[in-house]
This record gives sequence, C-alpha cells and structure tokens, in this order.
Amino acid sequence: MNLNGKKVTLHDMSLRDGMHAKRHQISLDEMVSISTAMDEAGMPLIEVTHGDGLGGRSLNYGFPAHSDEEYLRAVVPKMKNARISALLLPGIGTVDHLKMAKDCGVSTIRVATHCTEADVSEQHIGMASKMEMDTVGFLMMAHMVSPEKILEQAKLMVGYGANCIYATDSAGYMLPDDVTAHIGLLRAELPSNIEIGFHGHHNLGMGIANSLAAIEAGASRIDGSVAGLGAGAGNTPLEVFCAVLDRMGVETGVDLYKIMDVAEDLVVPMMDQPIRVDRNALTLGYAGVYSSFLLFAERAEKKYGISARDILVELGRRGTVGGQEDMIEDLALTMAKEKGLI
Amino acid sequence: MNKKLKAVIIGPGNIGTDLLMKMQRSEWIEPVWMVGIDPESEGLKRAAEMGIKTCSTGVDGVLENIIADDVRVAFDATSAYVHAENSRKLNELGVIMVDLTPAAVGPFCVPPVNLTDHARNLEMNVNMVTCGGQATIPMIAAVSRVQPVAYGEIVATVSSRSVGPGTRQNIDEFTRTTAGAVEKVGGAKEGKAIIIINPAEPPLMMRDTIHCLTEGEPDQTAITESIHAMVKDVQKYVPGYTLVNGPIFDGNKVSCYMQVEGLGDFLPKYAGNLDIMTAAALRTAEMFAEEAADGTITLPARG
Repeated sequence: MNLNGKKVTLHDMSLRDGMHAKRHQISLDEMVSISTAMDEAGMPLIEVTHGDGLGGRSLNYGFPAHSDEEYLRAVVPKMKNARISALLLPGIGTVDHLKMAKDCGVSTIRVATHCTEADVSEQHIGMASKMEMDTVGFLMMAHMVSPEKILEQAKLMVGYGANCIYATDSAGYMLPDDVTAHIGLLRAELPSNIEIGFHGHHNLGMGIANSLAAIEAGASRIDGSVAGLGAGAGNTPLEVFCAVLDRMGVETGVDLYKIMDVAEDLVVPMMDQPIRVDRNALTLGYAGVYSSFLLFAERAEKKYGISARDILVELGRRGTVGGQEDMIEDLALTMAKEKGLI
Repeated sequence: MNKKLKAVIIGPGNIGTDLLMKMQRSEWIEPVWMVGIDPESEGLKRAAEMGIKTCSTGVDGVLENIIADDVRVAFDATSAYVHAENSRKLNELGVIMVDLTPAAVGPFCVPPVNLTDHARNLEMNVNMVTCGGQATIPMIAAVSRVQPVAYGEIVATVSSRSVGPGTRQNIDEFTRTTAGAVEKVGGAKEGKAIIIINPAEPPLMMRDTIHCLTEGEPDQTAITESIHAMVKDVQKYVPGYTLVNGPIFDGNKVSCYMQVEGLGDFLPKYAGNLDIMTAAALRTAEMFAEEAADGTITLPARG
C-alpha cells in the first residue's frame, strides 16, 4: 500500500467516544488537561460532548458528570490551534443544542444518523451549514448496508449542506475490503470539494488496517482516540496510527512522541477498565452491535445473570441500531424470565 | 334521536384513512366528510369507496356543508403549518377540533390522563401530542399520581417504514413536544424525550421505554398497582398496548418497557405508533359525544 505524500486530518474521540468507556464521568480537569496536551501535540480536531452527543444526558445513556455546555466552555478557550467538534444525534439532541455549541465556540458539528435515516438530519445540517460551521454528515452502522445505499444517504446530507461525509463503523464489524468499497464509492461519486471521513472501532482489531484502507480509498479525515479510549474495544488508537502513518510517509501534523505521552501519561491512568478486545468487545465486532452497548450489557449480566455475550448476539440478530440502549435491560429481563431466573 | 356526533376528517393520508376505518366501527362518532387538496389522491378515492362524501378543495371547500350536515367534530391529520387556520375556521362554526398535527394550538390531550377534564371544559381544540407521547405519558402519570416525579424520560423506538416525511423533516418537534407533555400532562418536573428510528425488516413493533425518578423512595406496591391499572385504561382503546417488562425499581428510578401493536386497520400492525394516535383521537371525540349525550356538556348552539 503506497500512501506516501498523502495528507490526513486526524480527529480525536477520546473525550467524546471515550465518555462511553468512562460512563460519561470525565471531569472538567481531565477534559482540559487532555485536550490541552493534544493541542500541544498538534492534534487538529478534538471532539467534546456526552458520548451520545449533545443532549445525550439521560437515564437511558447515563447522566454525565457535567453538562455539554460546561465541558465546552471549559475546553474551547484553552485551545491554541486545535478546533473543537461536537456530535449531535437528531432524535436525542436538537438545533437548540447545536446553537449552544456554536455559541461555546465549537467549529465543527457532526450530525449523526443511522446509515439509512439521513433524512432526519435536514434541520440540523441545514442550520449548522447556515451558521457557516464545518458541517459533517455522520452515517452510523455503515456495515449494515451496501456502499450504494451509503452513497444515496450521503447525497441527501450533502444536499442539506454537509461539507464532509463519514462512513462510520459503529460496531467495529467492517473489514478492510468493506471500508475500501464504502469509502471508494463515496470518493468516486461525491463532488471533490466534499471531504470523506472514516470512524472505526477496534472490536475486531481492525482499527488501524481499516483506517489505512480508508485513506487509500480517498478519505482525508480519520477518527481515532488517544490510547484508544472509546466505546467497545475503543477507537483506532491514535498514537499507534500516528506512528504507522509516519512510517508510511503520510502527513498528519501530529508530534508522535508528544501524542504517545498524552496516551501513556494522561489517558491510560484515567481508564476505569482496560480498553481491549476482550470477549464482550469482540462479540460486538463479530455480531455487528453498536459499541456503546458494551457496558450496559455487562451491567445487565451482573444484575440478571444472563451472559453479556448472549444479550449482544441477540441484539445483533434483531437488527438493533445505535441509541437502543433501553433494549438491553428489556432483553435481559425477558431472557431471565424465560430461564426462570426471575 | 341519533346520539352519534358527525365528523369531518381533514387529510386523507395514512392517518386519515386509518382513522376513518376505526370511526366506521364507533358507536359515538359518524364520519361524514373526508377533506383533501388533490382530487386524484388515493385517500379521497378510498374514502369515496367507503361511502364518505369527499372534498378536494381543502377546508374552505367543506365549510358551507358543516351546518347543513350537522358536523360537530373535526380531525386534522394534515400538518402543523395549516392547522391553526383549519381550526379557526371550523371552531367559528362550532366544530370541536381534534388536532393530530404537532401544532399544539390547544391543550395536550392524553385520554386516560386528562380527557375527562377537557371534555367537561368543552375545549374547542385539543392536541394529541405525538405518538411517543400517547404511548408513554400514561405511564409517567401513573407514577406521578402516586408520588412526585422529579424527572421523567421516554424513549420511543419506531420502525423506519412508519415514520413519514413530516416527522423526519422536523424531528426536533417530536422531542420538544413530547418532553413538554411529559411535564405538563405526565406531571414530571423535568421531561426528556428520545426517538429512535429502526429500519429492520420485517419492521419492528413500536417499543417505548419510560423512566421516572421519584422524589423520595418509590412506593413500589402503590406504583406497580397504579401502572397496571393505567395499562388497562389504555388497552380500552389500544388493545395491543402491553407492559413487556417492569416496573423495575432501582433506587429512585422506576422503569417500564412497553410494546404497542396496532389494530392493523389501514396501517400495518407494527405501526403501533400511528395506531395509538388515531385510536386516542377517536377516543377523545367519543368522550365529548358521551358527555354531550348524557347532558354533562352542551355543544355550541346551532340555529
């Protein structure tokens, strides 16, 4: 694979996707110290929000330690070069949250929908684009549909005003050839001024390989997280990815040693549990299940005595999509009743 | 004397047609007119085949028939944009408006919670909130009538096929309106609503999850009893309304997991979200008719 001379924009997820792994309990001090250190290391774009995006504060997904606004007002003024992004899932957050984020100094808004439901994003993409924000359409669970379907949905988002489209492997299910097909078709068919991005999860250990395939197929923005801190087995570990890109001659503008230090000295010590491809995280990738379901399934296992793996496999079989965390306890209760446990 | 109130349905789409089919079985409401804006629309043709008078020139086209045909109640299944005008014109003629759009001109109506009050007050415009609101607010109210609810949250999961373009273009309206009604009708001090659209095939049934945080330790026995009683009340007009799991108590949190299966009149059974709207709207009009028949309320006078 020859990527020599290519340029990519890396986008850190540790303070947003990482919120899932931290049960949304990252402190303001941690947010500020990690984002500042990443800024210092040359990370161009950093996402800061509740794990489920703006307005994600809920019993369903978890009450965060602080509101989105508190996190953003703490982090944004401290940035020297890095820009801050925020995620928004229509159906959870609204344009009111979007306006708040803009007011806090967020420069990039990423509007996320399930990969077949892009038409719920018209209000939000339209508003962000009108406010002249860097506006990203983020198509989740991309493994569930064909590249042609992703392209159809991407075109809707571009029509609403998005200037960048992501194929998002929320379940960490995709293999490099899948990524090549999805990203390749988007790059071939969308106008050249529309950037293409890829967001991976490491549930099958494919974070790095998939991200490289994405760059080769034409993606210019790649998500990852320092030390891999993210849902499931985490995102593409950025310090590892930086080293690989450095050896392949890809320009990122990120200082390798500095980002290695952020990972080792700041992010790893903050982890509540090791972020690795353990049995349940592997199940997410194998069964094609939304990565943030991991801790919920593990809690249901403890509470009802049903194996997290069985719960996750059944959720995958049912075609459960992002945001359906409520179905985890529901399913565990139903399975426990069937087994005569309750 | 015929006790039935005569009705006009505005909007011959899926909702309007489903409503018409349910109304034809009603002991209290008699559908007379179906109003649309496209003479070629399938919905108007269907209504004509079902023996209903049709009008393809909008509400203005039917106004002259309202008094002559003794139309007393209207159902608006169009859009929030035109609802206010539709309502004004029909209210002027003494027609009670049941609003299935998200316009929310009138007070929110969730039948087992506050319909009796609206009927007794002869509210001339009542709003049916949202599908997610109809499916969940009874449960919030079932908790809040036992003890104060500091926070109420609902998650509505609906099949992709059952969500029309209007809802999709303005999904924020769903979350805002539903959250508002969780507070105003459900009785929670703070409300939050989430909607998830799932494209699985075959389409999944509507699922709804309700979480409440009570003030103080929840009275488990009383809340459980109240929830079961409320489920029975909703089942009177939506037989497929089921408590799948719960109530589950975890500290101050009370959780219920519901499924809503529709009757499958015009809309498929999985579209419980649409069915619960049409069923609740019809139930609302029936209550006005019952109260008028037994003399509890007096409908606007007509010469």
